[in-house]
Amino acid sequence: MKKDETIERHTIAVLVDNEAGVLARVIGLFSGRGYNIESLTVAEVDQAEHTSRITIVTVGTPMVIEQIKAQLDRLVPVHRVMDLTVEANSVEREMALVKVAGTGERRVEALRLADAFRARVIDTTHTSFIFEVTGAPTKIDAFIGLMRPLGLVDVSRTGVVAIARGPEAM
Amino acid sequence: MAQELTGAEIVIKALVDQGVDTIFGYPGGAVLPIYDALFQQNKIRHILVRHEQGAVHAAEGYARSTGKPGVVLVTSGPGATNAVTGLTDALMDSIPIVCLTGQVATHLIGSDAFQECDTVGITRHCTKHNWLVKSPQELTRVMHEAFYVATHGRPGPVVIDIPKDVQFQKGEYTGPQNVVHRTYRPKVKGDIEKIKQAVDLIANAKKPVFYTGGGIINSGTVASQLLREFVRLTGYPITSTLMGLGAYPASDKQWLGMLGMHGTFEANNAMHDCDVLINIGARFDDRVTGRLDAFAPHSKKIHVDIDASSINKNVRVDIGIIGDCAHVLEDMLRIWKSKARRPDKDALSAWWKQIEAWRARKSLSFKTNDDIIKPQQAIQRLYELSKHRETYITTEVGQHQMWAAQHFPFEQPNRWMTSGGLGTMGYGFPAAIGVQIAHPDALVIDIAGEASIQMCIQELSTAVQFMLPVKIFIINNEYMGMVRQWQELLHEGRYSHSYSDSLPDFVKLAEAYGATGIRASKPSELDDAIKRMIEVPGPVILDCVVDKFENCYPMIPSGAAHNEMILGDDAEGATVSEEGKMLV
Ligand SMILES: Cc1ncc(C[n+]2csc(CCOP(=O)(O)OP(=O)(O)O)c2C)c(N)n1
Ligand SMILES: [Mg+2]
Repeated sequence: MKKDETIERHTIAVLVDNEAGVLARVIGLFSGRGYNIESLTVAEVDQAEHTSRITIVTVGTPMVIEQIKAQLDRLVPVHRVMDLTVEANSVEREMALVKVAGTGERRVEALRLADAFRARVIDTTHTSFIFEVTGAPTKIDAFIGLMRPLGLVDVSRTGVVAIARGPEAM
Repeated sequence: MAQELTGAEIVIKALVDQGVDTIFGYPGGAVLPIYDALFQQNKIRHILVRHEQGAVHAAEGYARSTGKPGVVLVTSGPGATNAVTGLTDALMDSIPIVCLTGQVATHLIGSDAFQECDTVGITRHCTKHNWLVKSPQELTRVMHEAFYVATHGRPGPVVIDIPKDVQFQKGEYTGPQNVVHRTYRPKVKGDIEKIKQAVDLIANAKKPVFYTGGGIINSGTVASQLLREFVRLTGYPITSTLMGLGAYPASDKQWLGMLGMHGTFEANNAMHDCDVLINIGARFDDRVTGRLDAFAPHSKKIHVDIDASSINKNVRVDIGIIGDCAHVLEDMLRIWKSKARRPDKDALSAWWKQIEAWRARKSLSFKTNDDIIKPQQAIQRLYELSKHRETYITTEVGQHQMWAAQHFPFEQPNRWMTSGGLGTMGYGFPAAIGVQIAHPDALVIDIAGEASIQMCIQELSTAVQFMLPVKIFIINNEYMGMVRQWQELLHEGRYSHSYSDSLPDFVKLAEAYGATGIRASKPSELDDAIKRMIEVPGPVILDCVVDKFENCYPMIPSGAAHNEMILGDDAEGATVSEEGKMLV
């Protein structure tokens, strides 16, 4: 049987019981079995139920992606695994805080571009801005790229969060 | 009304309520309260081992031979780290183990306290799941959940790490019936549509073969019975992995023997040439598949496994059925019968004719002489002289293990305990102790190598203390034979550090422990020595001095396909491909 070697990028949502060590278990699975993590985010989503949602962006051949999902699903504290790339039409967002330092023309240009990207200024000094920018990871990449020659000094990104469109829960 | 008990008492009560009668353990500072609670009760028997690795292997032997979970109790730090090999072994072979480890008091965790180690961190990768219990309130739930997780779905080892203060503090106890796991619901019933498709594929096969594994054993004796019924109904040939031996009776004419690296010629060739491969409870391990791109290349493949991640992991299959073997086999049988399925008689008889031609090659044959005992001969004689008894066999790891798998036939499941996935030297003897505890009147024999047996020989003291008549049958070839064989095949016979130098006198060693030692050096002594080993009460070492240079054949060299086996009478000049040399 011919193996499909094309590399795909998938966004996977994992609903877990928020118990100690659960994140280490998920990360350990990826490192132990040699899978890639492009981005990983986690936060509690239901305080009463003690559930957290982990969003993982990973790349691999179709067979590896299948393995990753099956391996995640067999972790004991996992409620559900959903491949947002195949199972659902989904939206993805990432947020970044971007610090840019400079004066004069460069400062004006940074502000002008930020406006075009709908980035908000959330802190300012005479020589710097912090922008908050939200969007698809590619949009954030583009914004950061544009800021680089204008005095980019620091970036902090959340990683991707994603959710399926439509009325249903995960 | 719920009872208030100390953490240590909760542990004992939960064990009793889970039906535990025996635990294997070793004390230390961080588990003293639990040992104190053990002292004050008489429902649970504690078997004091001599090394924590031995405790876990003994629990594995207990579990594998009974179908019940094995329970281990060890202290923090070195107690826990010593258990790691056993836990990894149990994880690889899907053996249900509940391992309780002591931990330093909660307020000391993270301070590098005496005998502190990050037990849940260290064992996260070698358990199915683990817990650090931070308060006595959680303890009841975690204890019961641990048994549930260890025994449901694909079985495996779990660790409960219990800080010493939690063992002293009081908490509420509730029985197992009140604990329901929040997330873990393994699927046991297979998808019926897929099972129907599988039955169609099976019924229309021209060159089918059943390939079964340890999953059948784990599923329970019912699974073995259903397998036997289904295989006989079809008339198809059946082979099995190392872990699955005994699920199908070796005396049956449809049985082809074990498959894989040291499997029979007929089993491996049938795998290679088959048109429908029916995998039930096996996992396409590399010892079995050989070169993946040449594995059963003309076949449609069916795979039944309780673990969804086993399906399509190494080998792409056409029909993957997630479920427990017994449930799926029951459905397969029902559907087969209700549709009055008949195999294709002509095709099947042609297929059997081909298989008989392979079988006629007698790939397990070997030559004996009057001067020196052949290792295969030793195992065959051991079988002949013990077959009328209730016999359980464990093994260490190496050539002797493969010879045991080849030359000791099993008629029933749960009679064969070996370290398959991890290949742990030192497994067999403590495992035999666990088996003997569970089956006090049975004949329990560890088929060992002279190198492997030294890895857990300290447990001879345990066997003597508890008057366990375990027999250690050492196939003494004065070499780490399997290593030597590979050095011959891959490294032009440069036997780098594979000679078993400075061996102890095993007869005297047995005697030093208070056991019996026997030696057999010539074929003429073999039968009497084996008979004596069986008859003498108490633990016995039989040091069976065998041919030093015998190699284990047939063999699929690494990186080769099933139809590229090296046979024993044709081993001269056998080679391994460059890619094969990279593999283990
Ligand atoms: C703990 C451990 N260390 C190393 C190995 C690698 N190994 C596999 S077989 C073997 C030799 C075993 O020698 P012996 O017990 O005498 O068995 P024989 O092959 O001679 O029958 C070794 C070192 C292993 N399987 N387990
Ligand atoms: Mg040896």
